[in-house]
Amino acid sequence: MSQPTHGAVVEPAAPGGRSTTAQADDAIAGSSRGDGVYRFLTTAAAWAIPLLLGLITLEVVLAAWPAFETFGLSFLTSSEWDEVRGVFGAAPMIYGTVVSSVLALVLATPLALGVAIFLSEFAPSWLRTPVAFLVDLLAAIPSVVYGLWGIFVLLPFLRETVMPFLAGTLGLGNTPFFSGPAYGPSMLAAAVILAIMILPYISAVSREVLMAVPRSQREAAMALGATKWEMIRDAVIPYARSGIVGGIILGLGRALGETMAVTMLIGNRHEISSSLFAPGYTLASVIANEFAEATGALHTSALMACGAVLLGVTLLVNAIARWLVWQVAREGR
Amino acid sequence: MTSSTAPTRPRRDTGVRRATALRTAGTLTRRRAVNALMQGVMYVAALLAVLPLLLIVWHLAREGASSISLDFFTRMPKPVGEVGGGMGNAIAGTLVLLGVASAIGLPIGIGAGLYLAEQRGSRLATSVRFLSDVLNGLPSIVMGIFAWQFLVRPLGHFSATAGGIALGAMMIPLVTRTTEEMIRLVPTSLREAALALGYTRWRTSLTVVLRTALPGIVTGALVAVARIAGETAPLLFTAFGNQFWSLALDQPISALPLQIFNYAISPYDEWHRLAWAGALVLIGLVLIISLIARYATRSRYGGGGD
Amino acid sequence: MTDVHLSASRPTAPGRPRVAVPSVRSSPSDSSSAGQASGAATVRVAVQRLDAYYGATSAVRDVNVAFLDGQVTAIIGPSGCGKSTLLRCLNRMHETIPGARTEGEVLLDGQDIYARGISPIQVQRRIGMVFQRPTPFPTMSIRDNVAAGFKGIGASAPDRRALDEIVERSLRRAALWDEVKDRLKDSAIGLSGGQQQRLCIARALATSPRVLLLDEPTASLDPVSTQRVEELVYELRGVVTMIIVTHNMQQAARVSDRTAFMLAGALVEVAPTKLLFTTPRDPRTEAYITGRFG
Ligand SMILES: Nc1ncnc2c1ncn2[C@@H]1O[C@H](COP(=O)(O)OP(=O)(O)OP(=O)(O)O)[C@@H](O)[C@H]1O
Ligand SMILES: [Mg+2]
Repeated sequence: MSQPTHGAVVEPAAPGGRSTTAQADDAIAGSSRGDGVYRFLTTAAAWAIPLLLGLITLEVVLAAWPAFETFGLSFLTSSEWDEVRGVFGAAPMIYGTVVSSVLALVLATPLALGVAIFLSEFAPSWLRTPVAFLVDLLAAIPSVVYGLWGIFVLLPFLRETVMPFLAGTLGLGNTPFFSGPAYGPSMLAAAVILAIMILPYISAVSREVLMAVPRSQREAAMALGATKWEMIRDAVIPYARSGIVGGIILGLGRALGETMAVTMLIGNRHEISSSLFAPGYTLASVIANEFAEATGALHTSALMACGAVLLGVTLLVNAIARWLVWQVAREGR
Repeated sequence: MTSSTAPTRPRRDTGVRRATALRTAGTLTRRRAVNALMQGVMYVAALLAVLPLLLIVWHLAREGASSISLDFFTRMPKPVGEVGGGMGNAIAGTLVLLGVASAIGLPIGIGAGLYLAEQRGSRLATSVRFLSDVLNGLPSIVMGIFAWQFLVRPLGHFSATAGGIALGAMMIPLVTRTTEEMIRLVPTSLREAALALGYTRWRTSLTVVLRTALPGIVTGALVAVARIAGETAPLLFTAFGNQFWSLALDQPISALPLQIFNYAISPYDEWHRLAWAGALVLIGLVLIISLIARYATRSRYGGGGD
Repeated sequence: MTDVHLSASRPTAPGRPRVAVPSVRSSPSDSSSAGQASGAATVRVAVQRLDAYYGATSAVRDVNVAFLDGQVTAIIGPSGCGKSTLLRCLNRMHETIPGARTEGEVLLDGQDIYARGISPIQVQRRIGMVFQRPTPFPTMSIRDNVAAGFKGIGASAPDRRALDEIVERSLRRAALWDEVKDRLKDSAIGLSGGQQQRLCIARALATSPRVLLLDEPTASLDPVSTQRVEELVYELRGVVTMIIVTHNMQQAARVSDRTAFMLAGALVEVAPTKLLFTTPRDPRTEAYITGRFG
C-alpha cells in the first residue's frame, strides 16, 4: 500500500517521445487509486460471505433465544407442542427430520451409486450423455413441483399399491414399522420424495470421484485378470470410498433441510410414531407450516429455535461432507 | 524433465489386491456370470433413477398442458368457484424477484469470485471458499426466516425486496464458485500481457481477464438464476404472495412457486388444475434458462481446459 | 498494488567500488553494428548490481550490464539460469509475482525505474514486452488488440483517426499490415500463431516504447514464422532498443549486435555477438557455446 503517488517521473528527452506520455502520466496518479478501489470492492465482496453466514447465525440464534431460555433442554426432548398453553417441544420434528432423511439416504444411496458406476464404468458412450443429463435434470426440478407431483401421483400410488403390498402381501403389517391405516401422507411418502430429490446430488459427487480414480489403479487390477466388476469392487470403489461417503453426507445435508416437498407430503403431525405409514413432522416443515400464523412471540421463537437446530445440524453435516470431498480431491492429485 | 513425477501411490498395494483376486473362488464362468449380473444391476439402477424424471415430466405435460393458453400468462387468478383465470401476476412477480436477486447476488458473487481467483492462496480466500460451500448447503427455509427476522420484522411488512434479498443471498455462493473457476481458466499469460502493456491492475482484471471469462460467468449466472427460480421456502415469509397485480418492491408480491404451493394444498379442483399448469410453466422457465446457459453462451475457454 | 517494497538504492557493499557501466567491452571493431549512427553508442538501459528473488530463493545475482541504444542484445544461457527473471526485472513485471522482489538499480536513460515515486505503469508504458506464447486478447478485434496499449490507461487515448494511423503504422512495422488490412475488425484468435506473435509485437510497438523485451518470442512458432519474426527484429534495430532472450544460439548470432551469457543467476560475460561466439573470454562461456553443457 505504500505506493508513492507523486514524485519524479521518467521523462528524459527521448527521441520520438510523444507528448501523450506526459499526459498519460497524469492519469497514473489516478490509476493507483483505481487499483485501491478495485481491491477494496473485491475484498469487500469476499468478506460478504463470512459476514452473511455470521449474520444468519446470529439473527436466527438471537430470535430463538427466548424459546431456548424458557424450555432449556426440554425443547429438544419434549413432544408437547401446545400453542394455547405456550409449551413447545421439538422432539417429534427432530425425530421426523432424522428418520425421513436417513430413510431417504437408505433408499437413494444404492440407486445413486448404481447410476454413478453405470455412468463411469458400464455405459456405452451414446447412453452416457443423455442419462447423465436426465439425472442432472432431477436436481433442477423445483421442490414445490416435487410436492405437487407427490400429492397427486405419489400419494395415491403409495396408498393403493405400495402400502397394501408392504403390510398385506409381505405381511409386515404386524411389525411396528408398517402398522396402522394407510392414509397416504406419511413418513414413508416424505422419505421417498426426498430419496428422489437427493439422488442426483449423491450420484454427481460419486461419479466425479469414480472418474478421478487413476487409470493405473484400474489397469493393475485388469492385469491380474479381474473381471470388470471385480476391478470396480476391488480397485475402483475402495479408492473412491471416502469421496463417495462425502457425497452421501452432502445428500444428507440436502435432505435434512428440504422443505416444500416434505411439508406437502409428510402429514404434519406433532407425534412420534414408529410406523412409517403414520404422519410426522420435520424441523423445516413445521416452520413452513406454522410460521406465518404463529400465535405470539414464544411460538415464533420456538419456530426460530427449530430453525436454529436445523442450521446447526446442516452446518455441521456440510462441513464434514466438504472436508471429506476435499480430502479426496487433495489425495487424488 | 526432473523428478516431479510422483511415485505410484502406496495406499493399496497390489499384494492386497492379488490376494482378494485369488480369494474370489469359483470358476471363470461363475465370475463372468457375476460380472454380467452386476452389469445388469447397474443398468436397472440407471433406469430406476431416470424413471421419476420421466414420470414427472409426463404428468406435468398431461395435467398442465391443456390449461396453458395466452390467458394463463396474462390473466389474474379468479376467486374460488369461478372457472378460468391465469397466473399473470405470479409470473411477473417471479421475474421481479429474480431481477432483485440478481442485482444482489451477481455483483457480490462476481466480486468474491474475482477475489478468490486473484488472491487464491491467502488465508481469507481459503476460508471464504470453504464458507461459501457451507452457505450453499444452508437450507433455504433458514434463509427465509433469516430474511424475515432481518428485514420483514423490523420494517413491519412483507415485501418483494425481502424476498429478492433472500433469493440473492442464495445466489452468492453459486456465482462466486463459477466465477472463480472461469477466471482461473483464463491463462495467466493474458493477464501478464495486459500488465506489461501498462494496464493498471483493475483494468487488467476487468477489461481483459473478466471480459475473457465472461461467457462462462454468464452461463454460471444463468444456472444460478435457474436454481433459485423455483425456490419457495425463502419466499413464504418474505415475498409472501399477493392475489393482486403488484410489482412494487415494498409490497408483498406474488411468485409462481408460492402460487403453485397454495393451489396444490387447496381443496379445489380448479386450483389444482392451475397448480399443474403453473408447475409446467415453472419447469419450462427453469429449463429454458438452463438451456440458454448450456448452449447459447459457451465459453471460449470454458470446458476446453487451457 | 504490489506491497513489495523496492529499495531505491542500496548502500555500497564494502570493498566493492561502484561502477557506472561495468563489464561492457567497448566494441570499436564490431562490424555487426556498423549500420548504427556512431561507434559511441549511448546506453539506453543500465543494470547495476541487480538481485532478484522469489521469496527466499535468489534467481538473479549481482548482475551489471548495459544495453545500448538502438541495438539488439541477446541473452543466452541454460534453462533456469534466470534469463526471464532478469528480463522481467527490466520492466518491473517481476514484482507482479507474489513474494518476488528485487534489489539494485535499473536505469532507463539514466533514471532508476525502481526509484521512489516511479510507478511500474510508467515503466511498462516505455518498455514493451513480448512473451514466449502469443498473447492476443481473445475478446478484441485485430485493430483493438494493436490499440490496446492506449486503453489500459484511460485518460490519454488518442482520437479515432490518430489511433487508426498508429494501428496501421504499428502493423506495418510488424510486417503484418498486408496480411490483415482487410480483416482488422475480425477476432485476433483467427490468426495463425506466427501472425499472432507479430500482432503482439505490433501491439507492443504501438505505444512507441523505447525498449522492447522479447522472451523467447519464437519458441512456440514454426520455422517459417520464426524466420519472419527474426527478420522483423533485424529490421526494427535502430528504431527501438531490443533485448531478446533465446535458447537458440544461431538465432542470437543472426539477430543480435551484442550477446550476454548467463549462468546460475549470474551474468558471466557480455560482448559483441561475433566476439562472444568466436573468442569468448570466460571458459564457462566457451563451454556453453561449444555445447559442453546446458
Ligand atoms: N514464479 C516463480 N517462483 C519461484 N521460482 C521461480 C519462479 N519463476 C522462476 N523461478 C526460478 O527462478 C530461476 C530462474 O528462472 P527463469 O524463468 O528466469 O529461468 P530462464 O533462464 O528463463 O529459464 P528458461 O530458459 O527455461 O525459460 C529458476 O531456478 C526457476 O526455478
Ligand atoms: Mg524463460
